[in-house]
Amino acid sequence: MVLCVRDLAVTRGGLAILEGVSFELAPGEALVLRGPNGVGKTTLLRSVAGLQPPETGTVTGAEDQIAYAAHSDGLKAMLSVTENLKFWASVFGLSDIEPALVAFDLTELRGRMAGTLSAGQKRRLGLARLMVTGRPIWILDEPTVSLDVASVALFAEVVRGHLHTGGSALMATHIDLGLAEARVLDLTPFKAAPRTRQMDEAFL
Amino acid sequence: MRALLTRDLMLAIRAGGGFGLGLAFFLIVTVLVPFGVGPQTELLSRIAPGILWIGALLACLLSLDRIFALDWEDGSLDLLATAPLPMEGIVSVKALAHWITTGLPLVFAAPVLGVLLSLPVPAYQWVVISLAVGTPALSVIGTFGAALTVGIKRGGLLMSLLVLPLYVPTLIFGAEVARRGAEGLGVQTPLLLLAGISFGVIALLPFASAAVLRINLR
Repeated sequence: MVLCVRDLAVTRGGLAILEGVSFELAPGEALVLRGPNGVGKTTLLRSVAGLQPPETGTVTGAEDQIAYAAHSDGLKAMLSVTENLKFWASVFGLSDIEPALVAFDLTELRGRMAGTLSAGQKRRLGLARLMVTGRPIWILDEPTVSLDVASVALFAEVVRGHLHTGGSALMATHIDLGLAEARVLDLTPFKAAPRTRQMDEAFL
Repeated sequence: MRALLTRDLMLAIRAGGGFGLGLAFFLIVTVLVPFGVGPQTELLSRIAPGILWIGALLACLLSLDRIFALDWEDGSLDLLATAPLPMEGIVSVKALAHWITTGLPLVFAAPVLGVLLSLPVPAYQWVVISLAVGTPALSVIGTFGAALTVGIKRGGLLMSLLVLPLYVPTLIFGAEVARRGAEGLGVQTPLLLLAGISFGVIALLPFASAAVLRINLR
């Protein structure tokens, strides 16, 4: 399934921040979004994930195909590592969580409460959730935050494996994952031009 | 859907989950009212059905803001929204989980605590029946209020203001069932109206809750 973004414009807090963004993401491809803080990487990813309607433009091929990983991991502190993963697996209609535990080196932590994990371990658990969704398109917002070098390598390996099995990944990240096949899209040129404030005047 | 229900129930029972919060509040209200009213058994038994209903309503209200707030804070709500579950299903399951952890215990506790308020004997069954029929409406309406105010810091006050007027019909007919039952009068009309409200909100409000939740997630 090809994810196709055409002429997308997004707003944050009522202000247009990006416009005219177009790209395609075919199975087996990875696309890295770059750009300074505040340029609209998160907002763009949320629009592609369908959490926020785009101002103009279209996103096709994302419906029921994407797994979204945000800044926060969506973990429940009072559930164990296994229970957290099992829950998300059954929400997505799967049951096997072992490969995800192994891939992110969480097998020794499986019985621990998620609330007692370190920040990096929580992040690893949050990323392991992607593997139990069974969805082909991963949308990753700063996936490597609070990961150490070894964990970043683990994560890059998982993403590579995902790409090899026909999946694709769209991510916003600042560090180099060592994914040679990943394309890079710099969002700076798509910054929306400041608009005249005609909208506001209607309310003043 | 079942996974979500199991998870919510499990979280409610574990430490810090808030199970028993409503029940404890209900207990406190019904224990304190006899002290406040004084040793007038006749007056107490006359107001008992109303007190039990008000106690149940406030106990429900107390735990409403937890329905979505916790999932919003840790990001699970965003992830659930991108999951294959329909949003209407998510809000219905949330309301059901809230009812099981808050409304249902109140139904069972009411006859026990009715003794403290010297509830008239014929009223016991009607208090239980009216609470069993009416508390689902409280949970569903409350879920709507919680969906409206999700993401607002300290949204509890706003939510109470929004939800309390919507609770009034349920309170009026619920307490009326219990009162008429206590006096041995026919309860059919208020009971049917109470059931009508419950079924109506269960059928319609999840769509409204899902719509406002989608807007709030933007």
